[in-house]
Amino acid sequence: MTNQLTYCFLGIFLLAALVVPLLPIVLARFVAPKKPGLTKNQVYECGMETEGDTWVQFRMHYYLFAILFVVFDVEALFLFPWALVFRWGGWTGLAAITVFVGILLAGLVYAWQENVLEWE
Amino acid sequence: MMPDLTWLMTVIRLLIPAIIILAVAPVGMMYLTWLERKVIARIQGRVGPNRVGPYGLLQPLADGVKMLTKEDLIPRGADVLCHFLAPILIVVPALFLFTVLPIGPTLVAAPLTTGLLFFVAVGSVGTLAIFAAGWGSRNKFALLGATRSAAQLAAYEVPLVLSLAVIPLMTGSLNMTEIVQAQQAKWFVFTPWGLTGFILILITGLAEVNRTPFDLPEAESEIIGGFHTEYSGMKFALFYMAEFLGTLALGMLASVLFLGGWHGPFLPGPVWLLLKTFSIIFFAIWVRGTWPRFRVDHLMEFAWKVLLPLALSNLLGAAFCALKGGWIGNIVATALPISVFLLTTQLWLKPRPRPTTAWIETNSQSN
Repeated sequence: MTNQLTYCFLGIFLLAALVVPLLPIVLARFVAPKKPGLTKNQVYECGMETEGDTWVQFRMHYYLFAILFVVFDVEALFLFPWALVFRWGGWTGLAAITVFVGILLAGLVYAWQENVLEWE
Repeated sequence: MMPDLTWLMTVIRLLIPAIIILAVAPVGMMYLTWLERKVIARIQGRVGPNRVGPYGLLQPLADGVKMLTKEDLIPRGADVLCHFLAPILIVVPALFLFTVLPIGPTLVAAPLTTGLLFFVAVGSVGTLAIFAAGWGSRNKFALLGATRSAAQLAAYEVPLVLSLAVIPLMTGSLNMTEIVQAQQAKWFVFTPWGLTGFILILITGLAEVNRTPFDLPEAESEIIGGFHTEYSGMKFALFYMAEFLGTLALGMLASVLFLGGWHGPFLPGPVWLLLKTFSIIFFAIWVRGTWPRFRVDHLMEFAWKVLLPLALSNLLGAAFCALKGGWIGNIVATALPISVFLLTTQLWLKPRPRPTTAWIETNSQSN
């Protein structure tokens, strides 16, 4: 298969794959009973009344982890092309990438020092 | 005059592998549930499902029919669109994972030149779906499960992707077929960097598909069902489907990348691949049957403090090994990850004074 056909296939596969979850959901709409009730449709929180709004602010900590994730995921994005053409780079390439990884590792060490990685 | 139908032929030719994947993967996933229940039952000294059909082999079908006839509940105040889309959004990427995995030398649906990257990219879409499920349910436990899940998946994705980077480093290719061909002489798991990479991908992979011991997003003893607390019937089944499809794809990925894919004596290639895949899946089930769940703080710190430096050092060790070769390269590729692992675990497990603020004292049980 040529490259273009492969991407065509992925497009067709997307449409076909949508059938897999949609078919049972639609089927269940006809087969399954539908008797909603005021009590039944309550949010399930172990039988307790839900207190206040659920959609509240998150802890700051999640954002710090998200930032760390972006840093290292983008690093991985840079590492993949380097790894692909690594043979041409040789020792110079390895030295360059070691510096690159080292800078990011310094960031990780700093985050560790500042107790950002702690999950309390 | 006949209209030009060549485009139709092309579409049909493209549809055939798609239909094969879409037919085989869900069936494989159904029998994976059967296998998991049987194995766990044996581990726990039970028999497992044995009523529906011989050895309970028809149990997955019975479960499917049961799920189909269950009422689909949507909680009051939920974000209906989010709630509806989440199960679809989680199953479709899980199915996409199988398009780039080669079963045999020519048996691959989409021989992308960037197959490995495609796998990683598609595999991480599931996080969005899990968050949509938790957010859309408007349930505090579901939202808690979803935020935990997002944090966990983000944390484990980094070492996973970095441990996969040794593969293009060594083979010079992201195409899965070429990666398997490069293992003709020697499976990657028998090299020092390959072994570390294999262990890393097993650990992080278990976390990525939310399996024990990393199944905190759905820790039933703490937060009910986690992100799928408010799902019932078919939509609930779809979440399970995605989880098992993910396990299947992970097993296949690990065997393709590190265990030599279809290479093996005597038996035909696809059989070998399936054998390797199911050994990894059996290992995952075994872990589930015997291992307690991680604590959430251990889980996060393990990913950031141990696995991430380990994956990076493995990558650098592999790069050194590729340039230097011979025994020196092998020793460096072995010693670097091991020393980094020892260092980081020592620093991580070092006893440290716990900060005591009012906030933590009142909330230490909840998160």
